[in-house]
Amino acid sequence: MSTRTIVSAAYVAGAVAAALSTATLVTATDAVAQAKDKCYGISMAGKNDCAAGPGTTCAGTSSVDYQGNAWTYVEAGTCMDIDLPDGRMGSLEPLERDLPA
Amino acid sequence: MPDAAAYERGFRGAILDPGTQTPAGLASAFGGIPTKRFDVYRNNVTVSLTKALADIFPAVCRIVGEERFADLARLFVRENPPKSPLLFRYGENFAAFIEAFAPAATMPYLADVARLEHAWLSAYHAADAAPLSPGALSAIAPDKLPQARFAKHPAAALVRSQYAAVTIFNANRDEQERRRINAGVPENGLITRPEFEVRLAPISGGDTAFLHALFAGKTLAEAAEAAVAADTGFDLSAAIGMMLSSGAFKAVDVKR
Repeated sequence: MSTRTIVSAAYVAGAVAAALSTATLVTATDAVAQAKDKCYGISMAGKNDCAAGPGTTCAGTSSVDYQGNAWTYVEAGTCMDIDLPDGRMGSLEPLERDLPA
Repeated sequence: MPDAAAYERGFRGAILDPGTQTPAGLASAFGGIPTKRFDVYRNNVTVSLTKALADIFPAVCRIVGEERFADLARLFVRENPPKSPLLFRYGENFAAFIEAFAPAATMPYLADVARLEHAWLSAYHAADAAPLSPGALSAIAPDKLPQARFAKHPAAALVRSQYAAVTIFNANRDEQERRRINAGVPENGLITRPEFEVRLAPISGGDTAFLHALFAGKTLAEAAEAAVAADTGFDLSAAIGMMLSSGAFKAVDVKR
C-alpha cells in the first residue's frame, strides 16, 4: 500500500539503532529499579504512590496519614532513615499500623 | 407518593437548581415538606462539587481568582451533574465549558490550561503498567521496525495548544511569582507518570505529530512521515529516545 514513502525502512531501523545505542538512554523502568525503594508507612493521606490495599485502589487513595500499607517511592537506602511524628519509622515491608478504620 | 423512578427524576432535577421546587414525595420525620432541609442539602452538593473543581483545576482557579472561579464552577455544576460516583472523574468537560463561556473569551488559553489539568489528574489515577523497555524494541528485526505499532501507557496523554498552556500551567501550579508570559506562543504538552509522579513536558511540533500518530495506532514509519511533514527538522532517533525515556508507551507489536 506504499504510495510515496518519504521515510525509508533503512532510515527507521538506523534511527532505532542509534536511539538504543545512546549510552545516556535511561528508561523509566531502569530509573525506578536502580534508584528507588518502595517505602511503606510514610505517606500523608492521599499522597501515596500506589497499591494501598483493600478499600483503596491506586495512587492518591490512602485515607490516613502515615498509613502502614501505603507506600511512596523514595531514594534507595533512605526509607529506614525517615523519621515520622510519634516515633514512627518508614519500612520496606507493609506495616500493620495506621490502617484506615 | 410517586413511583421510585419518577421520584428519582424529580430529586435529580431539583438537586442542582435552586429555581426548582423541593421534589415531590420528600417527607420529614417532623411532618410537612422539608423545604429548608432540602435547600441546605442542595447547597452542600453544589458547594462540594464547586470545591472539587477548584481542587482539580488549581491553575485555572489561580488565574481567574477564587471568587470568579466559584461563579464559573457553579454555572458548570448546574449544567453538568457528575456522571460517575468517583469525584476525580468530575470535570471532564469543564475545558469545553470554559471555551464556550463568553466572559472567559479574553483568556483564550484558559480552556487548554483546564485540559492540561484534567489530563494531569487522569494520569495521576490511570492504571499502572510497566513502561516499554529498550529490549522490547531491540528484539524486533530491523526490516520489521517500520511496521511496528505501539501501545500507549495508560497514564500518557498529549495536549496540543495554540497558546503557551504548558508555561501558564507550570507558572500557576507551582505558584511562581507573577511575571509576564507571552500566551501567544503555541505549546504542546506530553503528560507521563514515571515513578508514579505525574510529569508535564513541553514537546516540539514534530515530536507532537510523531506521538499523536503513534497514540492513534499508526506504524513507526507512518508516524515518522507525519512528524517530518509537521517539522522538517524532526530528529527520528532523538524522538525514539524520548519515546523510551518518557515512559509514554507500554508495549510494541509488529503483527498487525
